Amino acid sequence: MSNIWVVVEPANGALTTTSLEILTHARTLGGTVSAITWGGQGAALAAQAGEYGATTLHDAGDLAGALPGAPVAGAIAALVASAGAPDVILIPTSYDGRDIAGRLSAKLNTGVLTNVTGYSADGTTEHPVFGGTQIVNARFTSGGPGIVVIRAKSFAAESAGGAAASVNSIAAGDLGATNSAKIVASHVEERVGPKLEEAAVVVSGGRGLGEASAYALVEEAAKLLNGASGASRAIVDAGWVPYSKQVGQTGKTVKPTVYIACGISGATQHMVGMKGSKNIVAINKDADAPIFQVADFGIVGDVHKVLPALIEKLKLR
Amino acid sequence: MNIVVCVKQIPDPAAPASLDPNTHNLDRTGKLILDEADTYGVEMALQLVDKAGAGEVTVVSMGSAADLSGVRNALAMGAAKAIVVSDDALRGTDALGTAKVLAAAIKRVNPDLVLCATESSDGYTGTVPVQIAELLGLPSVTFAKSVTVDGSSVKIDRQTDGGYDEVTSPLPAVVTVTAGVVEPRYASFKGIMAAKSKPVEQLTAADLGLAAETGAAGAGQEITSVVAAESRAAGEKHTDEGDGADKIVAFLESIKVL
Ligand SMILES: Cc1cc2nc3c(=O)[nH]c(=O)nc-3n(C[C@H](O)[C@H](O)[C@H](O)COP(=O)(O)OP(=O)(O)OC[C@H]3O[C@@H](n4cnc5c(N)ncnc54)[C@H](O)[C@@H]3O)c2cc1C
Ligand SMILES: Nc1ncnc2c1ncn2[C@@H]1O[C@H](COP(=O)(O)O)[C@@H](O)[C@H]1O
Repeated sequence: MSNIWVVVEPANGALTTTSLEILTHARTLGGTVSAITWGGQGAALAAQAGEYGATTLHDAGDLAGALPGAPVAGAIAALVASAGAPDVILIPTSYDGRDIAGRLSAKLNTGVLTNVTGYSADGTTEHPVFGGTQIVNARFTSGGPGIVVIRAKSFAAESAGGAAASVNSIAAGDLGATNSAKIVASHVEERVGPKLEEAAVVVSGGRGLGEASAYALVEEAAKLLNGASGASRAIVDAGWVPYSKQVGQTGKTVKPTVYIACGISGATQHMVGMKGSKNIVAINKDADAPIFQVADFGIVGDVHKVLPALIEKLKLR
Repeated sequence: MNIVVCVKQIPDPAAPASLDPNTHNLDRTGKLILDEADTYGVEMALQLVDKAGAGEVTVVSMGSAADLSGVRNALAMGAAKAIVVSDDALRGTDALGTAKVLAAAIKRVNPDLVLCATESSDGYTGTVPVQIAELLGLPSVTFAKSVTVDGSSVKIDRQTDGGYDEVTSPLPAVVTVTAGVVEPRYASFKGIMAAKSKPVEQLTAADLGLAAETGAAGAGQEITSVVAAESRAAGEKHTDEGDGADKIVAFLESIKVL
């Protein structure tokens, strides 16, 4: 593999962790790594992109409030037309990453593989299926650069200490109506304690909590353990907690030192997001709940008894 | 206001799923149901048309027509008609091929708005809707947690990593809705009876001029193997006798979290 492009996402003046993980892996594929970003802060991001292995950072510029999907895909397609196609284009799994991948695949008329957790130099992808119990290996068969959308935490991010990448401006041509969706305001939820994706301890709650107010127990236990609180989709859909707490296939991927699942059954779509945790503790009143199949330490019991008792013990320490 | 909702018929997720050992395709020989993820789009579309006071909802689906109960379910909820693209030759079609088929079918309706789910429950590529938007030359907004139409534009609260963005887009547009965005209605008995006589237009890939770009041969990718993942062994399991919390504390100590 000689020419690898990686889409790297800017967030608050730095590249996202998933972007750095993918850059790190791209270095091992045996080719030149170029990164593609947007926002017009290329100069500020060039040091980080270079440190993690990119020699060039292409910047699609300030998007003037537009959603990134169409303009960034447009700029990448223009770069393919002018500079030639790379062997592969690696994109982080994220809201905007998936938009860019979908747009780009239609523009270049080339395949896209999503939910990828491994990628080797011969072009083989890995996709966990059925809750991560099986791995599907796939590859592209037609010409054109394949587009590979990689899940968070598939690789570890490690700096290679490289020099700053050289910055190059790229732009899309006329995008017509495709570029007309605009962000008019952003709302950020307040968060206390560590970020869910980065916390060493994650305490998550599910429908077994019974009611929205019981989630306070999960939050308190998380706080006492200096961790973050997470959730199953069941209680996100029910409106008990915001979506940003969801762990799983359509939520966040976490790999903490310990994941404590409280009243969560262990559906395959939930497990995909937490199975990589170093240790898993489960509290569930059903001894046959699937979560116990992956738990290193399981307590068969009522979360309304075990969790308050745990909180009392932690308070005494 | 005319709305197209892309709905997928999928094997019942409650039934054990498997991959065909030869083709590696998901086994779809059993009963098919309407993907629950798409019921939110159907409900949202019905509410938006209701609010607009005019127009109708068309559902578009690609897949086996051997069992149309999933599509009938959407009609029973209140959609006016369906277009089903079905063809043996479509088996193995990839995400882009699927988007080409759906885009061609949607073009026939020329809707003001196209709704999809953020991802299907069985394929979950999550790219088909945006590919459709690109093929139709339309704007797209994914991960909507609320959708309101105001004249010729649509306003969406779009989920982000740590909250949400307010996004506006002119119509026509493609919007993907998240689960829980609205409460899908149950089909009434009257709705179920009415659905039996609602029009379901059946097309093939060739009818849409897409025979060459679909099916396994048109797919730009292939599955090379399916292997068992490294499994996680179950560990200790204790029944709480009032000592569950103590045991957890001891375990957390043993892994040096405490
Ligand atoms: C396309 C798709 C994507 C999805 N993505 C995700 C995702 O990203 N994340 C996710 O989490 N889910 C996801 N899901 C949903 C998933 O399939 C499950 O529905 C969901 O994870 C179930 O949540 P739960 O475990 O909280 O609820 P349930 O499955 O209802 O489990 C509740 C558990 O609580 C236990 N319980 C009840 N009372 C008590 C008590 N008093 N004390 C202790 N235990 C008790 C029960 O024994 C049960 O095991 C997805 C589904 C689909 C179709
Ligand atoms: N075969 C299909 N027929 C109808 N709609 C589909 C089909 N495949 C995908 N879609 C639509 O695109 C959404 C996302 O699907 P996917 O890209 O497979 O995750 C689905 O929820 C549907 O709204």
